[in-house]
Amino acid sequence: MTDAKYFTTTKKGEIFELKSELNSDKKEKKREAVKKVIASMTVGKDVSALFPDVVNCMQTDNLELKKLVYLYLMNYAKSQPDMAIMAVNTFVKDCEDPNPLIRALAVRTMGCIRVDKITEYLCEPLRKCLKDEDPYVRKTAAVCVAKLYDINAQLVEDQGFLDQLKDLLSDSNPMVVANAVAALSEINDSSPSGAPLVEMNAATINKLLTALNECTEWGQIFILDSLSNYNPKDEREAQSICERITPRLAHANAAVVLSAVKVLMKYMEIITDQEFVSVLTRKLAPPLVTLLSSEPEVQYVALRNINLIVQKRPDILKHEMKVFFVKYNDPIYVKLEKLDIMIRLASQANIAQVLSELKEYATEVDVDFVRKAVRAIGRCAIKVEQSAERCVATLLDLIQTKVNYVVQEAIVVIKDIFRKYPNKYESIISTLCENLDTLDEPEARASMIWIIGEYAERIDNADELLESFLEGFADENSQVQLQLLTAIVKLFLKRPADTQELVQQVLSLATQDSDNPDLRDRGFIYWRLLSTDPAAAKEVVLAEKPLISEETDLLEPTLLDELICHIASLASVYHKPPSAFVEGRSGLRKALPAKLAGETTTSEAPSSSSSSAPQVIPSQDSLIGDLLSMDINPPAVIQPAQPAPFGGGVDLLGGGLDALLDVGVGNTATAPPPAQAPMGGGLLGDIFGLAPSTTTYVAPKTLWLPAVKGKGLEISGTFIRKNGQISMEMTLTNRAMQAMSGFAIQFNKNSFGVIPAQPLQVPSPLTPNQSCDVSLLLNTSGPVQKMDPLNNLQVAIKNNIDVLYFAALIPLHVYFTEDGQMDKRIFLSTWKEIPTQNEVQYNLSNMTHNSDTVVQKMQQNNVFTIAKRNVEGQDMLYQSIKLTNNVWVLTEIKIPPGGSLFTLSVKSVTVDVAPGVYQAYENILRS
Amino acid sequence: MSSSAVFILDVKGKVLISRNYRGDIDMGVIEKFMPLLMEKEEEGNVTPILLTNECTFAYIKHNNLYIVSITRMNANIALVFAFLHKLVQVMIEYFKELEEESIRDNFVIIYELMDELLDFGYPQTTDSKILQEYITQEGHKLEVAPRPPMAVTNAVSWRSEGIKYRKNEVFLDVIESVNLLANANGHILRSEIVGAIKMRVYLSGMPELRLGLNDKVLFESTGRGKSKSVELEDVKFHQCVRLSRFEVDRTISFIPPDGEFELMSYRLNTHVKPLIWIESVIERHAHSRVEYMVKAKSQFKRRSTANNVEIIIPVPGDADSPKFKTGIGSVKYAPEQSAIIWTIKSFPGGKEYLMRAHFGLPSVIGEDSEGRPPIQVRFEIPYFTTSGIQVRYLKIIEKSGYQALPWVRYITQNGDYQLRTN
Repeated sequence: MTDAKYFTTTKKGEIFELKSELNSDKKEKKREAVKKVIASMTVGKDVSALFPDVVNCMQTDNLELKKLVYLYLMNYAKSQPDMAIMAVNTFVKDCEDPNPLIRALAVRTMGCIRVDKITEYLCEPLRKCLKDEDPYVRKTAAVCVAKLYDINAQLVEDQGFLDQLKDLLSDSNPMVVANAVAALSEINDSSPSGAPLVEMNAATINKLLTALNECTEWGQIFILDSLSNYNPKDEREAQSICERITPRLAHANAAVVLSAVKVLMKYMEIITDQEFVSVLTRKLAPPLVTLLSSEPEVQYVALRNINLIVQKRPDILKHEMKVFFVKYNDPIYVKLEKLDIMIRLASQANIAQVLSELKEYATEVDVDFVRKAVRAIGRCAIKVEQSAERCVATLLDLIQTKVNYVVQEAIVVIKDIFRKYPNKYESIISTLCENLDTLDEPEARASMIWIIGEYAERIDNADELLESFLEGFADENSQVQLQLLTAIVKLFLKRPADTQELVQQVLSLATQDSDNPDLRDRGFIYWRLLSTDPAAAKEVVLAEKPLISEETDLLEPTLLDELICHIASLASVYHKPPSAFVEGRSGLRKALPAKLAGETTTSEAPSSSSSSAPQVIPSQDSLIGDLLSMDINPPAVIQPAQPAPFGGGVDLLGGGLDALLDVGVGNTATAPPPAQAPMGGGLLGDIFGLAPSTTTYVAPKTLWLPAVKGKGLEISGTFIRKNGQISMEMTLTNRAMQAMSGFAIQFNKNSFGVIPAQPLQVPSPLTPNQSCDVSLLLNTSGPVQKMDPLNNLQVAIKNNIDVLYFAALIPLHVYFTEDGQMDKRIFLSTWKEIPTQNEVQYNLSNMTHNSDTVVQKMQQNNVFTIAKRNVEGQDMLYQSIKLTNNVWVLTEIKIPPGGSLFTLSVKSVTVDVAPGVYQAYENILRS
Repeated sequence: MSSSAVFILDVKGKVLISRNYRGDIDMGVIEKFMPLLMEKEEEGNVTPILLTNECTFAYIKHNNLYIVSITRMNANIALVFAFLHKLVQVMIEYFKELEEESIRDNFVIIYELMDELLDFGYPQTTDSKILQEYITQEGHKLEVAPRPPMAVTNAVSWRSEGIKYRKNEVFLDVIESVNLLANANGHILRSEIVGAIKMRVYLSGMPELRLGLNDKVLFESTGRGKSKSVELEDVKFHQCVRLSRFEVDRTISFIPPDGEFELMSYRLNTHVKPLIWIESVIERHAHSRVEYMVKAKSQFKRRSTANNVEIIIPVPGDADSPKFKTGIGSVKYAPEQSAIIWTIKSFPGGKEYLMRAHFGLPSVIGEDSEGRPPIQVRFEIPYFTTSGIQVRYLKIIEKSGYQALPWVRYITQNGDYQLRTN
C-alpha cells in the first residue's frame, strides 16, 4: 500500500470534509486525514484554513502523526501566528518526553517556527535540552541555538546560550561537538560587528581536532571549516594542526577533502619552514587530482577551486597537466574549466602535448568549447615564447579549415600574438586577408582592421581593404567603427600621399554622420591633431606600444588570498568575495594570515598592515584593454583653436599635410626623435598646452630661525617645486637695530644631496625692520648623507654679523620628479619584487575627495596614477612616484565609496621614505 | 551553512516535494529555476550552480528529477553537492529507485527523512542503515515508539550494536577500472587505474578489522622493499577507517558497517600496455559510403581472458545500410547511439581480431556538423588486477572470539576507456 492514494481526493468541499475527518474520534481516520492534508500541502494547495484542526491532533502518542503535524506547523505557523501559540504547550511538554527522539523533534521544530511569540517560550526547553542526558537531544539543541540567533540574536546573548554552546565544544560526544561548532561558526559569521562573538583558543582547537577523528563526515566538514577561521598563534601551532588535518585528505567525501585543503592552504602562509611546506605541497596534489573522478558537479567545484590553487601555488599541480585533458563525454562546464587550467599550467615542458590537445578540441562541434580552445592556443603562444611559432602554425592550420567561427576566433588571438611578438609573424597577414569576407563578428572584424592598420605599410592594398569596410560604415558595430577610424588614420600617417581622400571620408563619417559620442570625439581628436601638428599626430598615433603581458585573467592578489580562505564555498566558485552575492552580511573580509616573522619590521608604522599579502595591480586583461585603446583614447583635449569648418575638409588638412609629407617622404633622420609615449601628464600637457606652469603644492612658510637665535635675523621659509626645479623660498626679516649685508648660504650634507644652485641674493644692506623675499634655486647633485629625520636640512647663513645655523624640514614632495610615471607592467613586477615588510600602511582620515580629484591633485604633484580599479565599490588607485635620487615609491590608496577614511599603502625598496610620502599625501590632499 | 531549502522537481520543473530548512528565502523562487536553467542551456553556458538576485541554485539530476538546493549565503558548495548525492543514495536505499512515482508513494517517509538528514541546512545522520533503524516505512505498526539508535551519535556512527549472524563471513572484491585516453595517432595521453575495494560484511557484534595490502610505502617502511608491492598514488577511505592511524603507520583498521559498502578506493598511473588496444582505419567517401576496418588486440597474459568485451565504434548519424564482416563475436548497428557495437563474449590474452564494416551515406550533407566521438571499449577480466595489488590478510577480531572467513575476488574492468579516431 502506498501513500499515493492521499493525493487522489479532488472532490468539491474537500477542506470541509478534511475538517470533519480531522475532528473524528477514530485515531485511524484522524491520521489518514492529516496525511491527506500534508499531501495537499505537498502539491501546493493552501490548507492553512485547517490550522486549528490540525493542531488539535498534535497531542498524540503516534510518532509518525506527530511528525506530520509538526511539519504542518512549520509550514503555516508564520501565516497564523496567533493560532500557533496554541501549539506551545504541546511543544514544551514534548521537550520533556521520556523518549529522546520526541524531545529532539520538539526542540528542532520549535526552532523552525519563526514566530516571535513562540520564540519566547523556546528558551526554557532549549536550556534544558542543551544539558540533556541524551547526545541526540544535545546535538539537536546545539543547532537550535543558531536557529534562535537567526530569529532573535539579542535573546540568545541575553539568555547566555552562547556560553552553553561554547561548553558543548567540550562535550564527550563528537556529534554534539560538531553541531556546536557549526552553530558557533554561523553565529560568528552573522555577528553584526563582524568580530567573532566566541573566540577560539588553543584549548578548544585541540578538542575540535580530537573530535575530528570521531565524528561523521559532515561533522568533520563543520570542524574543518571552523578551523579555517582560526589564526594559529605561531608557526609551531600551525604545523601541528596541519599534521593532524592531513589524514583528512584521504577521506572518501570530496567535501571533507576540499575543506581540509582550505585549512592547509591557509596555514601554509604562516609556515616558513620550506621543508614542511614542500612536503605539504606534495601531499596536496594527489587528492586534488582524485577529485576529478567524482560526480561532475563536484568536479566543477573542484576545478574552480583548483583554478585558485594553481594561481596561488603553481607548484602543486605543475606535473599534473594530463589529468586536465578533456574527455569527450565531460559536461561542457567541466570542459571549459579544464581548458582554463590547462592554459595556466602550460609551460615549455608540456607545451607540445597541450597544443596537440588544443588542436584536437578546436575541431570538435561545441561552438563555445571550440572558440575557447582556439583562444587558448593564442594564449599559449603569448605565454610560452618558445612555442609561439608552433602556435601560429596551428592557428593557420585552423584557419585553413574555413570553419567560420574558428577563423574569426583565430584572427582575434593572432592580433594579440602580433602585439606580443612585433615584426615576427607578419608574413601570415596575406593568409589572414584571404578570410576578410567571412568575418561577421565585430570582434574579429575589429581585430582584422587593427592588423591592417598596424601593418599598413606592408600590405600593398591596405587602402582598398579598409575602403571596402568603409562602405558599410554606418551598419558596423561601434567597436569596428572606432577601429576602422584609427586604422585609416594610421594608414594615412604611413602613406599620406594616396590616402588623403580616405581619411577625410572616415573623419567626416565619424564626426558628422555618427551619433556615437565616442566615435565623434575620437574623430575630432584625430582631425585636429592632423590639422594642427601632423608630426605630433604621428608620434601619438603611431607611438610604440608597450608589450602585452603573458598571463591573463589572473585574479588580483588580495582577492585571490581572500578566495583561498573561502575554498569549497560558493565564493570560490564565483571567484567573487561573498559580499558580492550575499546580501546584508557585513562580516569581516577574510585574508590570509600574515607571515608572523615579517611583522617586527613594519612595527614602526603607525598602523602596520593587517594583511601583509602583497597587493598589486592586477588583472592584466584590463591592462591589455587599456593599452590597446591607449593610442586611440587620449585624455580629453582642450584645443583653443577655432572650431573646424565642417564643409571644406580639404582645406582643413591642407596646412598640416605639407608638413606631414615632408616628414613622411623626406629623410626620416630629420624626423623628430621618437619621443616617449605620451603618457606622462607633463608631456601631454606640453603637447596640448594644458598646464602652462607647473607648480606643485606649496607648504605655508614656517619660522626657521627666530630673531632671538639669529642675532636679529628672522628667517621663515618653505620649499617648492616649480617647473621641475626645487627652490627654497625664504623671507628674511631684519629685527635688529643695524643693517645686515654680505649674505651667503651653505647646506650641510643631506639625504637627497640638495645644494644651492646659485648664490644667495639678498638685497644688501637689509635695513632694520625691512624684510625681503628670496628665492634660491636648488639642485640635488650635492654630497649625500642620511639624515634623521630623513628630510632634515641643516643650513648655515652668514652675514656681516655672524654665521647662523638652523634646520629646516624639506617636504618630500618637492623631490617627486616629473618622469615618475611607471609603466604598468614594470609597476606590477616592481610591486611584487618589493618585499612585504617594506609595505607601510597609513590612514588618511576626514578626506572629502573622490578618486578623480585625488588623481588630479596628486598628478599635479608628480604622483602618477598607474591604474584605477573598483573593487566592491571601493576605488583603488595605484600610483608611482620617482624621487630625485631615482628611488621609486609605489602606493595604493583605497577610497571607500563616500567614505572619508582612505587607506594609503606605501611600498618602496627604501622604506625610510614612507613617512615622508605619507606626509606629502596628507599635505597635498588637504591643500 | 549550506542549504536553505531542498526541492525535488520533476523534469518540467514542477515541485514534487520540498523542505524549507531556514525560512530565509521565499519558497516561490523555485519557479524561476527551470526558466533560468533553460535559458542557460540555450546559451550553452549551463553550470550546476545558478546565481540569481535572490539566491543560488545548486542542482543535480537523477532519473529525470532535479534535486535542487537553494541558499542565500556563501554556502560550502562542495558540501551541498556531496549532500545532494548522498540524499539520492539514501532514497535509493530506502525505495530501490528514486523517481516521480516513488516520491508520491512515500511522501510521508520522505518528509521524515528530510527532517532527519538536514537540520537548519546542516547535514546530520546520512547513513541509511542507521536511519532505517528509527525511520521505518512501517512506523505506524510499531507499538513502542522507536528511539534514536546509539549509533546516531556514537563515534561509530555507521554500525549498530547487537548484530548477529550464524555464519560469520566477509567478502572482499578488489575491482580495478582502467581509464584510458589515446589520441588518433595511437599515442596514449592518459592511462590510470582507479581501484576500489568493496566489502560485504556479515559479521556479528562489533568486530575490529585490519586489512593488509602489498602497499609499497608500508613495505619500504618495514624493510620489505624488495617484495612485490604497489605504489598507491592517492587513497580514499570510507568514514569507518581510522585515517590518522593510516597516516602514521599505513595500517588500515576499522569497524565495518554491516552489509555492503566501499571500504576504499585508490588511484595510480600506469605505464603498462593498454589491456585492449584498438586500431581503426576509417575511410570516408563523402556522399557515398564510409568503411571501417577495426583491429582489436588483447595485450594481457595469455592465461587471462576478458569477458563480455564490447567495442563501440561511432558512425555518422545519417549512415545507412550497414554491412559487417568479422571472424569472431557479433556486430550490431545501434542507430539510437549512432554506433556499431562489436561484442566478443570471450577474448583471451594475446589475441588479435578484425572486423570490417561498411555504411552508405546520403548524397546530401546535413546542416549540423557532427563531432567525432571516440571509440569506447567495455570489458571485464576476472582473477586479475592490472596494478598487481594483493590482499595479504584480513584480520577479524571480535570479543566473542568467533572465527570468520574472508573471501577475496579480483576483477579488472574498463573505466573511462576512450580511443579517439580520425
